[in-house]
Amino acid sequence: MSMTAFAPNFEVLRDMDRCILCGKCTRECSYGVHQFSADHKRLHADEAKCVNCFRCVAACPTRAIKIIRNRQAVNTSTNWSANNLREIYLQAATGGVLLSGMGTTKSYPVYWDKLLINAAQVTNPSIDPLREPMETRTYLGRSAVPVRRDPAGKLINTLPPHLTIETPILFAAMSYGAISYNAHQALAQAATELGTLYNTGEGGLHRDLYQYGANTIVQVASGRFGVHRQYLEAGAAVEIKIGQGAKPGIGGHLAGAKNIGDISKTRMIPEGTDAISPAPHHDIYSIEDLRQLVYSLKEATAYKKPILVKIAAVHNIASIASGIARSGADIIVIDGLRAGTGAAPTQTRDNVGIPIELALAAVDTRLREEGIRNHVSLVASGTIRNSADVVKAIALGADAVAIGTAALVAMGCHMCHSCHTGHCNWGICTQTPELTKRLDPGAARDALVHLVGGWTHEIKEMMGGMGINSIETLRGNRLMLRGIGLTDAELKILGVMHAGQ
Amino acid sequence: MKIDAHHMDYLLLNQAVRRQTDSEVEIDHCLGQRFIGTGLANKTLVINGVPGNALGAYLDGGRIIVRGNAQDATGDTMNDGEIIIHGSSGDATGYSMRGGLILVKGNAGYRAGIHMKSYGEKSPVLVVGGAAGSFLGEYQAGGLILVLGIGCEDRAPYGYFCGTGMHGGRIVVRSDHIPENLPDQVAASDLTPGELEQIMPHIHRYCETFGIDPQSLLPHRFYVLTPNAKNPYQRLYAMN
Repeated sequence: MSMTAFAPNFEVLRDMDRCILCGKCTRECSYGVHQFSADHKRLHADEAKCVNCFRCVAACPTRAIKIIRNRQAVNTSTNWSANNLREIYLQAATGGVLLSGMGTTKSYPVYWDKLLINAAQVTNPSIDPLREPMETRTYLGRSAVPVRRDPAGKLINTLPPHLTIETPILFAAMSYGAISYNAHQALAQAATELGTLYNTGEGGLHRDLYQYGANTIVQVASGRFGVHRQYLEAGAAVEIKIGQGAKPGIGGHLAGAKNIGDISKTRMIPEGTDAISPAPHHDIYSIEDLRQLVYSLKEATAYKKPILVKIAAVHNIASIASGIARSGADIIVIDGLRAGTGAAPTQTRDNVGIPIELALAAVDTRLREEGIRNHVSLVASGTIRNSADVVKAIALGADAVAIGTAALVAMGCHMCHSCHTGHCNWGICTQTPELTKRLDPGAARDALVHLVGGWTHEIKEMMGGMGINSIETLRGNRLMLRGIGLTDAELKILGVMHAGQ
Repeated sequence: MKIDAHHMDYLLLNQAVRRQTDSEVEIDHCLGQRFIGTGLANKTLVINGVPGNALGAYLDGGRIIVRGNAQDATGDTMNDGEIIIHGSSGDATGYSMRGGLILVKGNAGYRAGIHMKSYGEKSPVLVVGGAAGSFLGEYQAGGLILVLGIGCEDRAPYGYFCGTGMHGGRIVVRSDHIPENLPDQVAASDLTPGELEQIMPHIHRYCETFGIDPQSLLPHRFYVLTPNAKNPYQRLYAMN
């Protein structure tokens, strides 16, 4: 082990009374933490490599391993955290741009935790969802159409195409390349079973997953990976990715090492090359240009599929969303500051953008003020952690939410924030065959179905508690929310009163 | 079958094209209608006039012939087929092409061939007869861009920042001039006789299509621009 300037993040404790020297940990750890001594009589741990992914802890047959945060005292101050120091040492050694995986680790306000949900008492009876019908089916798309009737007075259906989902929870865009084939298959099958949709992300769609097209949103990003006519026709809807919450203003970059085998075939670029999706679409410099891409996709799909536009939550989000609502897009996806990612420059991930709660409320308010709220549906994402977050998002104005990190955790992610290394020991965020096979797609599918099913039950319980029997009645119903410990400015933007008011 | 595009907006015109059962469709009086031939496969479309942006986007086969100039994003993300332009084309010509052929008789605008890719058998070709604008072959990941530089033999037949972010494919240029300020990740070298031999079918195709004598273009110095590395940004990052 070479001398390093900073202490490892974790300590690996091995209980030698329990350890049977079976070496399972050496085989399970893709980071190379556990190693046998030369005479095979001892096991060592190179703690500097440990990311605390929990794999060895879970795999050890005698429960001999425990990972703890390093107890080594680091000289810090109020202004300089241990992490600040560690990053400086790292950059002083490498000269590189800090790259991180998963969502930000900085402690920005989580407004979900500062919003409280209402319940009915006496005057407006609550409803028991176990015994009474409770509607969570959601339609996504443009509903602003003039009502026209034929001479006999019957309604002429001029409604543009909509997406129908049985619960207001979508799976967020995660590309094949960023996550493994097994993870994609699990998402596709779970979406099909749940009657909702998953999202291909920008890496194209594997041929074997075309069969789940009715429950698939296919994405088109600036790099246009894997985009062709059949791909566009395969999905239930097409999403134009402008930005993502974890890295607003930054594009995608799949390292050449991850671009192997079927990944490169699906993306249609040579194996081993970097897959670069720059921040801008080079044909979009204005709302009018966005309209052009929206309509080229509508033309390519014969106006049969809704078009989504995904943007990161940034400072002028309300004006931007207003423009997008006028571009012909059917659905706007807003991804907040705390959203996850396979890889992002650390400083961008940790400092750029605004929280989803504020962005969502601001957009819903602006679109209502301008009388164009029904031109689009809104999908909110970026740290939706439980069913209460879903209820709060819908009450703030979302039509539905998208979950990425929560879905990964359901599949077995232990949030070690190392997605960008490509070494995911749980077979989710890696393309190494020995690792990807660790994820059982059937078990992962079941876990996703369980999670979303459980959340949907909880949503019904909370709706029933409010005396609401249809999710549509909850949408934008900010009277069902109260703020706790929020400033006047925050309450005003969120459009809610303080608890007690 | 002929369609008179006079007083037709793009919606009507493209519906009319899609409804045609004839394998060959001719559009007269075309004046800026967008999205013509989007996702088209196995049809020949002849356009008299100037089609609008996103001509032949996601084209999946067949042929589009433009008797006039084309505007921006021609052949955006096309997969197969041919687009032949008897004039010049606007910005982002061949954006993210992944197969097929685009022949431009005259010049192309900014960002021609941006994000072109290739995989296995699929390898797109973009031929520009005259000069291309800045950012030619930006982020190119595969395929061939051929710039013949006809009429601008006195300078490099493309603008600034050629091949920025390039990490695959080739840009072949008929010119005596290599700018000194090419981006770091682009390397220039003279075309070998063997490489020229590979390119010849495209030069002949260009000449035949637009009625140009190949002798007027050859012999001439050709050079090829290729990326220095497949992973131009690998060393940029520190794993945090």
